[in-house]
Amino acid sequence: MEQKEKLLEIKNLKQYFNVGKPSMVKAVDNISFDIYKGETLGLVGESGCGKSTTGRTIIRLYNATDGEVIFNGENVHGKKSKSELMEFNRKMQMIFQDPYASLNPRMKVSDVIAEGIDIHGLAKSPQDRMERVYNLLETVGLNREHANRYPHEFSGGQRQRIGIARALAVQPEFIIADEPISALDVSIQAQVVNLMKQLQKEKGLTYLFIAHDLSMVKYISDRIGVMYFGKLVELTTSDELYERPMHPYTQSLLSAIPLPDPESERTRKRVTYNPSVHNYTESDDVQMREITPGHLVLCSEKEAQQLKKQYAN
Amino acid sequence: MEKILEVKDLNISFHTFAGEVKAIRGVDFDLYKGETLAIVGESGSGKSVTTKSIMRLLPPGNSEIKGGQMLFNGKDLAKLSDKQMQKIRGKDISMIFQDPMTSLNPTIKIGKQIMEPIVRHQNMSKSAAKERAIELLRLVGIPQPEKRFEQYPHQFSGGMRQRVVIAIALACNPKVLIADEPTTALDVTIQAQILELMKDLQKKIDTSIIFITHDLGVVANVADRVAVMYGGKIVEIGTVDEIFYNPQHPYTWGLISSMPSLDAKDEELYAIPGTPPNLLHPPKGDAFAPRNQYAMQIDLEEQPPMFKVSDTHYAATWLLHPDAPKVEPPEAVKRRMRQFPAGKEVK
Repeated sequence: MEQKEKLLEIKNLKQYFNVGKPSMVKAVDNISFDIYKGETLGLVGESGCGKSTTGRTIIRLYNATDGEVIFNGENVHGKKSKSELMEFNRKMQMIFQDPYASLNPRMKVSDVIAEGIDIHGLAKSPQDRMERVYNLLETVGLNREHANRYPHEFSGGQRQRIGIARALAVQPEFIIADEPISALDVSIQAQVVNLMKQLQKEKGLTYLFIAHDLSMVKYISDRIGVMYFGKLVELTTSDELYERPMHPYTQSLLSAIPLPDPESERTRKRVTYNPSVHNYTESDDVQMREITPGHLVLCSEKEAQQLKKQYAN
Repeated sequence: MEKILEVKDLNISFHTFAGEVKAIRGVDFDLYKGETLAIVGESGSGKSVTTKSIMRLLPPGNSEIKGGQMLFNGKDLAKLSDKQMQKIRGKDISMIFQDPMTSLNPTIKIGKQIMEPIVRHQNMSKSAAKERAIELLRLVGIPQPEKRFEQYPHQFSGGMRQRVVIAIALACNPKVLIADEPTTALDVTIQAQILELMKDLQKKIDTSIIFITHDLGVVANVADRVAVMYGGKIVEIGTVDEIFYNPQHPYTWGLISSMPSLDAKDEELYAIPGTPPNLLHPPKGDAFAPRNQYAMQIDLEEQPPMFKVSDTHYAATWLLHPDAPKVEPPEAVKRRMRQFPAGKEVK
């Protein structure tokens, strides 16, 4: 694998809520990974495993409890002047899950899309501003006539396109997509995924794609990380993950997905995951270890030896 | 096979300020004893309206059954009075809703909610009903049923709540169980458990299930037969193998090829262009024609009838007319057609 440029490095990121109270939740517990320029990293896991929190902490919607997020060589959570923060906000954008809740119903589509342009002063004149809005609408497959309408006049898929146009308005390098297609119908999901792929090719975008629909994640992602209870348990390329899942949780997750194929459904065997199989003791140093090149698994030293033996070609 | 439920030429409209919305426009299907019929389609295609009308749960003010019959045990459900319907609803026909968070009453203990249909329909004494309720909780796989009986819904997780909802639905051993997206709100691992539970219970009490979903993976897992709905009509119906390996309607083709397959990564996903029809002004011809790349002139003028593909497989598309030109289905569909198990009839 050739050396790729790192766009984002996440180092020992922790996000705890209710710190110091009995109800403390370790939503994200010491996870580390890199995102390379131009790739799509998928993040999957069950609800409550911390995948959305990870995304929100990376973009600094939450202040991290501990750890670093390094974007283009700079720490996102470090002390920043206002102008540095503005610049960072421009480069990193987010697409949200619910296209019904994420657009302000009282703003016209043109104002929704141009809000970022206005804040960052990217438009030279009102004409330039509208021209940008029209271009963005056309980029995401809508018409320029749509600019003067309100969000309620659009269907779910169209709204998600508006959300994408809004994210693109400030010419970001990196987009966090938090379950962007979960709320959409199957036929519309494909439209949005195709749009995201096409935009990535044209603009060289990098995505963090958070989802629980594993077949779509496999389709769009280059690499996939699997999360379980705030920890990243496995990280590898999407093909490798489906062909050779190593962590028992990944195996159980994959075995639970029904495939649109009645023949294979009749023979599918589901395996369940029981965290006690690991039998970790205090002395075990449990961390991400590389088993085969580019395939990282959360395990102890002993398990790593076993896995290496098992998966050596 | 014995028919449990026959729906014939059902037409349902909603009266809105904007005019009459023809939500269901002539739906026909039969439900056989012990089978699972899956209904798939986009939001707004009429899946939920069809099943809610079978339960007679549509809002009485603005909805209207314009025509058609729903025969259950020789009785037309559309013509029953509310009193008569109450004797059937929850006893012979019951329903599981999509969202387990909202379909239970948060102020009533779980046990009491399960006992409600038992006491009402089976004339059991309270203590016998309690025993039955605990037995049901055990049946749907809830540990410590005696303790759980006294708890409130907020003390249950999403998957456990859905199990309780299933227990309530099965309390009177219904002949027909309608499941409206029962697993959509759940995680995949929990979904797998619930699906296994439903299949298991179906075998035990020999009930027929109408399963509404838009997840084709779930359909492949649970269904014996599949009905594909679009624009208030069933456009294709057949056994699960026929729908997945030998689909005939272009809309079914679109649905199947818009799912990413595990082996073809670099192909662009097929996306059905456009949006579903507005049923306030239903199109004159085939409702799918404006989004259909195979549409012919006749699709815009006349609605296609159901063409027979095999004894169990029917599709409403003019492409099956003997005079229609031969068309090439999308690549993903052709791959599936080659997979169609040998020995069965392939057209």
